[in-house]
Amino acid sequence: MNSSQTDQGLYDYAVREPRLPAPENRDNDRLDIPIEQRLEIYETQQLLRQFEKRAYDLFMQNLVKGTSHLSLGMEAVATGFGQAMRFGDYSFATYRGHAHTLARGAEPGPVLAELLGRENGILKGKGGSMHLTSVEHGMMGSYAIIGAHLTIANGAAWSAQMRGSGQVAVCFFGDGTTNIGAFHEALNLAVVWALPVVFVCENNLYMEYTPIDLITAVANPAADRAGAYGLESIIVDGNDADAVYQVAKTVVERARHGGGPALVEAQTYREQGHSRADPAKYRPPAEVEAWKARDPIPMYHERLLRLGVPEGDLSSIQQDVARRVDEATEFAKGGREPGAEHLMTDVWADGGSAWRN
Amino acid sequence: MAELTYRSAVAHGIAQEMRRDPNLVMLGEDIATAGGVFKTTVGLLDEFGPSRIRDTPISEQAILGAAMGAAMTGVPVIAEIMFSDFIAVCFDLLANEMAKSRYMTGGQVSVPVVVRTANGGGSRFGAQHSQSVENWVMMIPGLKVVAPSTPVDVVGLMAAAIRDPDPVVFFEHKSLLAVKGEVPDGEVVDELGVARVVREGTDCTIVALALMVPRALEAANKLADQGISAEVIDVRSLVPLDTKTILDSVTKTGRLYTVEENPRLCGWGAEVASIVVDEVFWDLDGPVVRITTPHIPLPAAEALEDMALPSVELIVDTVSKRSG
Repeated sequence: MNSSQTDQGLYDYAVREPRLPAPENRDNDRLDIPIEQRLEIYETQQLLRQFEKRAYDLFMQNLVKGTSHLSLGMEAVATGFGQAMRFGDYSFATYRGHAHTLARGAEPGPVLAELLGRENGILKGKGGSMHLTSVEHGMMGSYAIIGAHLTIANGAAWSAQMRGSGQVAVCFFGDGTTNIGAFHEALNLAVVWALPVVFVCENNLYMEYTPIDLITAVANPAADRAGAYGLESIIVDGNDADAVYQVAKTVVERARHGGGPALVEAQTYREQGHSRADPAKYRPPAEVEAWKARDPIPMYHERLLRLGVPEGDLSSIQQDVARRVDEATEFAKGGREPGAEHLMTDVWADGGSAWRN
Repeated sequence: MAELTYRSAVAHGIAQEMRRDPNLVMLGEDIATAGGVFKTTVGLLDEFGPSRIRDTPISEQAILGAAMGAAMTGVPVIAEIMFSDFIAVCFDLLANEMAKSRYMTGGQVSVPVVVRTANGGGSRFGAQHSQSVENWVMMIPGLKVVAPSTPVDVVGLMAAAIRDPDPVVFFEHKSLLAVKGEVPDGEVVDELGVARVVREGTDCTIVALALMVPRALEAANKLADQGISAEVIDVRSLVPLDTKTILDSVTKTGRLYTVEENPRLCGWGAEVASIVVDEVFWDLDGPVVRITTPHIPLPAAEALEDMALPSVELIVDTVSKRSG
């Protein structure tokens, strides 16, 4: 197939209406979120953004092997939910999980080292970009086969319910996930058992390379399905961290206090392709430009300025984050390649991999 | 000492462990109020209540996902998949999630789940409710696989599987449910990865699993009438695999037959044969022979299903022709 053929048909942006973002809601400036917390939200978004950019640069230097799925443009979702979650709550993410891992407090150094396949990686180099996990931070894993982790998040929530621990499980997934069976099995069981679980669809408008609206029966892939499970239909501006935080706090606390599950659709946009292999040429340029103009981080920066935070305070946060990401990069590059002693470990709980005597 | 059926031994073993560990829970379709479609979980709801014995919708992925998520956050779980053929609809959870999570996370995640499932033929249920699928899961690194053949092994291996911190798939054979056997009073706990010599012999070794064990024993008795002394080994646990017991026996007898209910290709006996040929080849007096179900889906008609599954006669004929 030549390139002119691949540009034809359903994916030809010349015949596709761009799907534009909702306008910014400046009323969110007045949400009851203390300025100290807003500065934390700003810092986390900066960390996620600068980390992902660094990860991208390291691909280009061929230091990150395999594949990787960045959350550039989607940082407000992980940040807003991360703010609303308590220590001990559980996060479950997909292969696009760098942001969710960092948002729960995992150190960027070991996370980046994992992307580089180093022994000092957070998974000792055995999981890679798509399986980031930090149990000590409540980050219970990044699952790279669509659907399964919604059912696993149910299990963590069920466990919390049985133990009476007050923990909540929050499960992030993309719009594409709403079309696989496990999504529906998980939602049904979560409702029937009133589990303390929150499902968060990060609707970035594309299932990998395919516009989600071309392959989905409803316009809002998660929110329009909520009613089928007796759940409220919730759509939030996924590019406004304050809006996400506000919704997250409500549904997470409701779940924590026995109010059962929620399904949230956060509408956002992937500023780059699906994975490192994807130049994302299937997107109408006007759409890309419109969403870039709604980039969550400059938008949040402007909000803080409107709220009276001096520019100098924000640039010093940016610089602190830049220093952390530089240190993380040095940490990662300084790690050794995993040795043969790691190859055969940790298949079983005894630390080994023996299957016979 | 009490005489139990294989069927009642299932609930007996689960109850023993649920009394010991108040955190242990079980979920599955029709396991609570109905007591299981094979009546293997009768009485558990009454004793342990609906919060520990949970009925689920027909959602095999949701069942195994819930089991995994609970297990990795501190609650050990027994999950029932009603028929082992249905493993195919939730294979991702078994093969990619439970099995790989510990390795992928550098040892951070532990998944103490037992997946119980009714396996095997002989019930005239047709191709989608009858197959022996132990080879489907045996090939996955990170899963342990057990298939008991007697009531006492059901209890002891159930306890061992539940106490094991790794995911274990526990195959209960539908055609053994009515079999009776003695089970000692008090706590019965066995060990995974230990095969058992169930009949001693000197001329050949017959290695069998689950329903094929009683058939191999009956065949060995008939072979004795022909002057062939067959040693019979019940493998019991495919992962871990007790190769030592098998290799010791073959070293002694010089001949190996596997009796497998799974369809031919990539059955567990192929791995056993490979190990034996590789490691004790010079002790062999003849070729290693696999006796299996043919490589077909199982038919429903009584006459056809009986032709398909390895029978006592097939074992006797094969061994007497090849060892005689």
